[in-house]
Amino acid sequence: MADLGEANEAELQRLVAAEQQKAQFTAQVHHFMELCWDKCVEKPGNRLDSRTENCLSSCVDRFIDTTLAITSRFAQIVQKGGQ
Amino acid sequence: MEGGFGSDSGGSGGGKLDPGLIMEQVKVQIAVANAQELLQRMTDKCFRKCIGKPGGSLDNSEQKCIAMCMDRYMDAWNTVSRAYNSRLQRERANM
Repeated sequence: MADLGEANEAELQRLVAAEQQKAQFTAQVHHFMELCWDKCVEKPGNRLDSRTENCLSSCVDRFIDTTLAITSRFAQIVQKGGQ
Repeated sequence: MEGGFGSDSGGSGGGKLDPGLIMEQVKVQIAVANAQELLQRMTDKCFRKCIGKPGGSLDNSEQKCIAMCMDRYMDAWNTVSRAYNSRLQRERANM
Protein backbone atom coordinates (compact mmCIF):
# COMPACT_ATOMS: atom_id res chain seq x y z
CA MET A 1 0.00 0.00 0.00
CA ALA A 2 1.28 3.47 -0.73
CA ASP A 3 3.04 5.29 2.03
CA LEU A 4 0.75 7.67 3.86
CA GLY A 5 3.37 9.26 5.97
CA GLU A 6 3.27 9.07 9.77
CA ALA A 7 1.17 12.16 10.36
CA ASN A 8 -1.40 11.16 7.75
CA GLU A 9 -1.50 7.61 9.12
CA ALA A 10 -2.27 8.84 12.62
CA GLU A 11 -4.85 11.28 11.29
CA LEU A 12 -6.50 8.53 9.29
CA GLN A 13 -6.69 6.29 12.35
CA ARG A 14 -8.30 9.08 14.30
CA LEU A 15 -10.88 9.76 11.60
CA VAL A 16 -11.66 6.06 11.14
CA ALA A 17 -12.15 5.64 14.90
CA ALA A 18 -14.60 8.55 14.87
CA GLU A 19 -16.57 6.97 12.00
CA GLN A 20 -16.61 3.62 13.78
CA GLN A 21 -18.15 5.26 16.81
CA LYS A 22 -20.82 6.89 14.64
CA ALA A 23 -21.49 3.56 12.94
CA GLN A 24 -21.91 1.87 16.32
CA PHE A 25 -24.44 4.52 17.31
CA THR A 26 -26.39 4.00 14.10
CA ALA A 27 -26.38 0.22 14.48
CA GLN A 28 -27.76 0.62 17.98
CA VAL A 29 -30.54 2.90 16.73
CA HIS A 30 -31.52 0.25 14.15
CA HIS A 31 -31.68 -2.26 16.99
CA PHE A 32 -33.88 0.00 19.13
CA MET A 33 -36.19 0.54 16.18
CA GLU A 34 -36.52 -3.21 15.78
CA LEU A 35 -37.93 -3.52 19.30
CA CYS A 36 -39.57 -0.17 19.94
CA TRP A 37 -41.53 0.23 16.71
CA ASP A 38 -43.58 -2.86 17.48
CA LYS A 39 -44.16 -1.80 21.07
CA CYS A 40 -45.09 1.79 20.39
CA VAL A 41 -46.53 2.27 16.93
CA GLU A 42 -49.95 0.93 16.08
CA LYS A 43 -51.35 2.00 12.75
CA PRO A 44 -49.13 4.56 10.99
CA GLY A 45 -50.98 7.91 10.81
CA ASN A 46 -50.26 11.38 9.48
CA ARG A 47 -47.81 12.09 12.26
CA LEU A 48 -46.46 10.52 15.44
CA ASP A 49 -48.60 11.63 18.37
CA SER A 50 -47.02 12.56 21.69
CA ARG A 51 -47.99 9.25 23.29
CA THR A 52 -46.06 7.39 20.62
CA GLU A 53 -43.08 9.72 20.88
CA ASN A 54 -42.96 9.27 24.67
CA CYS A 55 -43.24 5.53 24.26
CA LEU A 56 -40.31 5.46 21.84
CA SER A 57 -38.12 7.58 24.15
CA SER A 58 -39.04 5.49 27.17
CA CYS A 59 -38.41 2.34 25.21
CA VAL A 60 -34.80 3.36 24.61
CA ASP A 61 -34.25 4.24 28.27
CA ARG A 62 -35.93 1.10 29.58
CA PHE A 63 -33.95 -1.11 27.24
CA ILE A 64 -30.71 0.44 28.50
CA ASP A 65 -31.91 0.05 32.09
CA THR A 66 -32.68 -3.59 31.34
CA THR A 67 -29.21 -4.09 29.93
CA LEU A 68 -27.66 -2.58 33.05
CA ALA A 69 -29.89 -4.63 35.37
CA ILE A 70 -29.06 -7.88 33.61
CA THR A 71 -25.34 -7.12 33.51
CA SER A 72 -25.23 -6.33 37.19
CA ARG A 73 -27.36 -9.28 38.34
CA PHE A 74 -25.46 -11.66 36.10
CA ALA A 75 -22.19 -10.52 37.68
CA GLN A 76 -23.66 -11.34 41.09
CA ILE A 77 -24.81 -14.77 39.94
CA VAL A 78 -21.41 -15.60 38.52
CA GLN A 79 -19.70 -14.35 41.64
CA LYS A 80 -21.78 -16.64 43.82
CA GLY A 81 -20.50 -19.57 41.80
CA GLY A 82 -23.74 -20.29 40.01
CA GLN A 83 -23.99 -20.98 36.29
CA MET B 1 -2.08 8.74 -12.91
CA GLU B 2 0.41 10.25 -10.57
CA GLY B 3 -1.14 11.59 -7.38
CA GLY B 4 -3.72 8.84 -6.86
CA PHE B 5 -6.48 9.97 -4.56
CA GLY B 6 -5.11 13.31 -3.70
CA SER B 7 -2.44 15.83 -4.26
CA ASP B 8 0.63 16.02 -2.13
CA SER B 9 -0.87 18.17 0.58
CA GLY B 10 2.23 20.03 1.67
CA GLY B 11 2.90 19.89 5.39
CA SER B 12 1.39 16.57 6.45
CA GLY B 13 4.31 14.20 6.00
CA GLY B 14 4.45 14.46 2.23
CA GLY B 15 2.33 11.35 1.60
CA LYS B 16 0.55 10.82 -1.66
CA LEU B 17 -2.75 9.78 -0.08
CA ASP B 18 -4.87 12.41 1.61
CA PRO B 19 -6.75 11.13 4.68
CA GLY B 20 -9.51 13.62 3.99
CA LEU B 21 -10.23 12.21 0.57
CA ILE B 22 -10.01 8.61 1.79
CA MET B 23 -12.48 9.44 4.55
CA GLU B 24 -14.88 10.97 2.05
CA GLN B 25 -15.07 7.61 0.31
CA VAL B 26 -15.39 5.77 3.64
CA LYS B 27 -18.24 8.03 4.72
CA VAL B 28 -20.09 7.52 1.45
CA GLN B 29 -19.79 3.75 1.78
CA ILE B 30 -21.04 3.86 5.35
CA ALA B 31 -23.96 6.06 4.32
CA VAL B 32 -24.92 3.68 1.52
CA ALA B 33 -24.78 0.68 3.84
CA ASN B 34 -26.90 2.51 6.40
CA ALA B 35 -29.50 3.43 3.80
CA GLN B 36 -29.73 -0.21 2.71
CA GLU B 37 -30.17 -1.33 6.30
CA LEU B 38 -32.84 1.31 6.87
CA LEU B 39 -34.78 0.34 3.75
CA GLN B 40 -34.67 -3.36 4.54
CA ARG B 41 -35.99 -2.87 8.08
CA MET B 42 -38.53 -0.26 7.03
CA THR B 43 -39.87 -2.60 4.34
CA ASP B 44 -40.22 -5.39 6.86
CA LYS B 45 -42.05 -3.28 9.43
CA CYS B 46 -44.33 -1.58 6.92
CA PHE B 47 -45.24 -4.82 5.22
CA ARG B 48 -46.34 -6.18 8.58
CA LYS B 49 -48.33 -3.04 9.45
CA CYS B 50 -49.96 -2.44 6.09
CA ILE B 51 -50.53 -5.69 4.27
CA GLY B 52 -53.08 -8.03 5.79
CA LYS B 53 -54.05 -10.95 3.64
CA PRO B 54 -51.89 -10.61 0.53
CA GLY B 55 -54.10 -10.05 -2.52
CA GLY B 56 -53.44 -9.95 -6.23
CA SER B 57 -51.88 -6.50 -6.03
CA LEU B 58 -51.36 -3.60 -3.61
CA ASP B 59 -54.66 -1.75 -3.37
CA ASN B 60 -54.97 2.00 -2.78
CA SER B 61 -55.29 1.82 0.98
CA GLU B 62 -52.25 -0.43 1.20
CA GLN B 63 -50.19 1.95 -0.93
CA LYS B 64 -51.27 4.93 1.18
CA CYS B 65 -50.46 3.01 4.33
CA ILE B 66 -47.00 2.16 3.02
CA ALA B 67 -46.26 5.82 2.24
CA MET B 68 -47.41 6.96 5.67
CA CYS B 69 -45.58 4.12 7.34
CA MET B 70 -42.32 5.13 5.69
CA ASP B 71 -42.67 8.70 6.94
CA ARG B 72 -43.59 7.53 10.45
CA TYR B 73 -40.71 5.08 10.47
CA MET B 74 -38.27 7.90 9.75
CA ASP B 75 -39.94 10.12 12.37
CA ALA B 76 -39.59 7.29 14.85
CA TRP B 77 -35.97 6.84 13.82
CA ASN B 78 -35.27 10.48 14.65
CA THR B 79 -37.08 10.24 17.99
CA VAL B 80 -35.13 7.13 18.97
CA SER B 81 -31.88 8.68 17.80
CA ARG B 82 -32.45 11.78 19.93
CA ALA B 83 -33.45 9.71 22.97
CA TYR B 84 -30.36 7.54 22.67
CA ASN B 85 -28.09 10.54 22.25
CA SER B 86 -29.61 12.21 25.32
CA ARG B 87 -29.14 9.07 27.36
CA LEU B 88 -25.51 8.75 26.33
CA GLN B 89 -24.87 12.34 27.33
CA ARG B 90 -26.57 11.80 30.67
CA GLU B 91 -24.48 8.72 31.34
CA ARG B 92 -21.29 10.58 30.43
CA ALA B 93 -22.25 13.45 32.73
CA ASN B 94 -22.66 10.95 35.58
CA MET B 95 -19.22 9.47 35.08
